[in-house]
Amino acid sequence: MKFLSEYRDPELVKEYIQELHRITTKNWTLMEICGGQTHSLVKNGILDMLPEKITMVHGPGCPVCVTSVSVIDEAVWLAEQPNHILCSFGDMLRVPGSKKSLLEAKAAGADVRILYSPLEAVELAKQNPTKEVIFFAVGFETTAPANALSVVHAAQQSILNYSILASHVLVPPAMEAILSDEANIIDAFLAAGHVCTIMGLEEYYPVAAKYKIPIVVTGFEPVDLLQGILMAVNQLEKEEYKVENQYSRAVLREGNKMAKDTIQKVFSISDRIWRGIGSIPQSGFEVNERYKLYNARLKFHIDIPFAEENKECISGDIMKGLKKPKQCPNFGSKCKPEHPLGAPMVSSEGACAAYYHYSSDAIAQ
Amino acid sequence: MCLAIPGKIIAITEQLDETFRKGKVSFGGILKEVSLYMVPEAKVGDYVLVHVGVAINIVDEEEAKLTFSYLKSMGEVEELDTQDSIKNNS
Repeated sequence: MKFLSEYRDPELVKEYIQELHRITTKNWTLMEICGGQTHSLVKNGILDMLPEKITMVHGPGCPVCVTSVSVIDEAVWLAEQPNHILCSFGDMLRVPGSKKSLLEAKAAGADVRILYSPLEAVELAKQNPTKEVIFFAVGFETTAPANALSVVHAAQQSILNYSILASHVLVPPAMEAILSDEANIIDAFLAAGHVCTIMGLEEYYPVAAKYKIPIVVTGFEPVDLLQGILMAVNQLEKEEYKVENQYSRAVLREGNKMAKDTIQKVFSISDRIWRGIGSIPQSGFEVNERYKLYNARLKFHIDIPFAEENKECISGDIMKGLKKPKQCPNFGSKCKPEHPLGAPMVSSEGACAAYYHYSSDAIAQ
Repeated sequence: MCLAIPGKIIAITEQLDETFRKGKVSFGGILKEVSLYMVPEAKVGDYVLVHVGVAINIVDEEEAKLTFSYLKSMGEVEELDTQDSIKNNS
């Protein structure tokens, strides 16, 4: 466990922990949606401080972890075509596809580049007019506006050698998929702060009402997470189910209008296959008809066989909160960050990698 | 991956029209070009939350500084130094 003095506001951390111990009378299971929150909870030792009656399970909010094997295969195929430059955020490179990862494709000679922003990929296309530049557009609602903006930028400058391979996923349909699963054990959600900076709170009200479940929009620092947990437990103990906003310093009820407009301009809502979970209807974004010239799937007529997931990886059960990483027989043995069987061991935001690196519990296994 | 890092707008570098604006943003000394498309009201000197090269919100200065030092202590600002900057490769 970390020393309290290491926190940004140790007194507040102490107060929240004491208050949590005081108000908790029943067993509650909370899910934090966002992989960044999982990372922070584990790295800061917060799980060890919570009352025993409170269990945190780690949700599907890591885009690296939920991108399906088939989409990785599409990205690898695009990277391997002559005259192509495939650009990606760094953490996607080691995710295993059915035959290889992007990193392995790069090692074998494909032009795969790690960029900080999709807008850099548009610049790259401008600088390389004889090449096709494709950006691997993964992410939740937080990243969708930037990826959409790259398409708007390219279109505005008549750059035609740029396109995106969209694999966007959405939080509310994933929450509903988890809640409607017969085996669901989740009593409350901590919703993802920056997703709501973009989207606002509106779409969470119907979910809270339909499933009678507290949803607290929460930030990423230890104090944020503890306050979010406290707000959620407080509702549960009082048998309430409201949408609350712990992260009001970065989240407005209406979200960011310009960002939402940009998403709507470029994307339409589509079904999406989530690695480990399966197909969730209306749970992703795809490039819409208006911008179809920028849709890499259509532009390059990608036609590769559907790939099954590695059966040895139990990531689906982990992301639904049914199992903890250390309950996987391959955790830390056959599956390690250097040789991941599945995506949650790849990204630092994946629950398995977070447990592998930081959890004393996990190390003891 | 949904992390957003706060930084200070140092200059407006490109302004095609009212909405297509880019600015130079300092993240504790690391300078990046950032799209200001989604924060039309932001001006030089403001602190913005930036996600993958796009400012998504204006934030309070004090809060921005505290958040940045927390993220730095967690090793979370490394993404600002991506391996393949486009300048090196093209």
